[in-house]
Amino acid sequence: MAAVLDVPSHVQPGAPIVRITALKKSYGANQVLKGIDLEVLRGEVIAIIGKSGSGKSTLLRCINGLEAFQEGALTVDAKPLLHESAAAMRELRQRVGMIFQSFNLFPHLTVGRNVMLAPTLVKKRAKPEAEAQARKLLARVGLAEKFDAMPDQLSGGQQQRVAIARALAMEPAVLLCDEITSALDPELVGEVLRVVESLADEGMTLLMVTHEMNFARKVSDRVIFMHQGRVHEMGPPAELFGSPRTPELKQFLSSLHD
Amino acid sequence: MGEFTLWDILRNLLLALRWTVVLSLIAFVGGGVVGALLLALRLRGGRLTERLIAGYVQLFQGTPLLMQLFLAYFGIALLGVDVSAWTAAAVALTLYTSAFLTEIWRGCVATIPRGQWEASGSLALSFGEQLRHVILPQAVRIAIAPTVGFLVQVIKGTALASVIGFVEVTKAGSMIANVTFRPFTVFACVALMYFALCFPVSLCARHLERKTRGSRP
Repeated sequence: MAAVLDVPSHVQPGAPIVRITALKKSYGANQVLKGIDLEVLRGEVIAIIGKSGSGKSTLLRCINGLEAFQEGALTVDAKPLLHESAAAMRELRQRVGMIFQSFNLFPHLTVGRNVMLAPTLVKKRAKPEAEAQARKLLARVGLAEKFDAMPDQLSGGQQQRVAIARALAMEPAVLLCDEITSALDPELVGEVLRVVESLADEGMTLLMVTHEMNFARKVSDRVIFMHQGRVHEMGPPAELFGSPRTPELKQFLSSLHD
Repeated sequence: MGEFTLWDILRNLLLALRWTVVLSLIAFVGGGVVGALLLALRLRGGRLTERLIAGYVQLFQGTPLLMQLFLAYFGIALLGVDVSAWTAAAVALTLYTSAFLTEIWRGCVATIPRGQWEASGSLALSFGEQLRHVILPQAVRIAIAPTVGFLVQVIKGTALASVIGFVEVTKAGSMIANVTFRPFTVFACVALMYFALCFPVSLCARHLERKTRGSRP
């Protein structure tokens, strides 16, 4: 994954790869993000936890422009997110990969072509080259033999691993994971988390919304607890899970054990 | 005037049937192209475009095709442009077909889960690429059956072009009935000809529907 670590020349070393400043987002009169400030360093693994409706998924979806925000600024690799500019969005989305709760594989394409589609279209990569890359990535997520399978022939865990390979094929600098194990049967969660963990070990910048607290504790460098549209508490996992400072986080953590 | 044999009747009807087929083809192709353009505008455009096209659809769905043919024939003439029955029928049927097809297709595109747009969008595909490589291949599969079903309606709808003097198979039928005094025979033949056109299309729709509902790839 050398490509992941390639730093564009205009970015200073050590500079945050994602910088979010005073970001606010509303759906009509309902403000779901009430001013988020966050800097994500290159190679950092961040877990976002919180109750449903706390705005954690919305925050994640703002980072690759799936949701438009009304106030504040967001930059990826020092390039600002500009909703009005299709070219800027295309540029940004090549740097930011996303994996969804419901996999969202393209059901009409084989597994291999799911992975090859974006590199051939967006990066104009030649077919044989894209195919070689797809085979390599599928092998990496443990699905080398599924290249010609259709998505609906795979289990949920396998589909999600294909989705990871598909996102990696664009060689993103940041990977967003939106509750990627929530739709899986319990026995399939492990295989997906192992892939994510291996990405973290290799230095991929990861932002993940997750309900897997043990996983968050084990893998992340920093945990963010969101509450009512704000970053309520933030810190290293040992600190956040070990000695939560705010009553809201205490309550959230204890509710998980019920 | 000599006697009209059954063969004479059939021969003349078949000659006129050509124009029914040509008119249907014009409506399919023209309506398909305009319908597809409207669909693209609708998916891409803002609220105003959406409203305008929804209005267009309502206009053509909410008025009889017969009125549309009259309006195309006499309305365009009012503007000082001399239109033949041909042009008027072709224009009216194209617009009518486009309104229905764009609505049918919009419904099919709407059934594609939002996750498909989001996944393809976050892979940096442009709108056109999303449509061409992800959304349409899935939507087309759903659209085949209702589209072909509607085309059968269009074939039968061409009969109405007879009211503005366009000589297709229905008009030819009534003219022949008038000279032969055998309206039942003539119109039975006309009906059989429509059936011969429509039935294969319906069969094809049913076949495609079964095929697309079965194995997915």
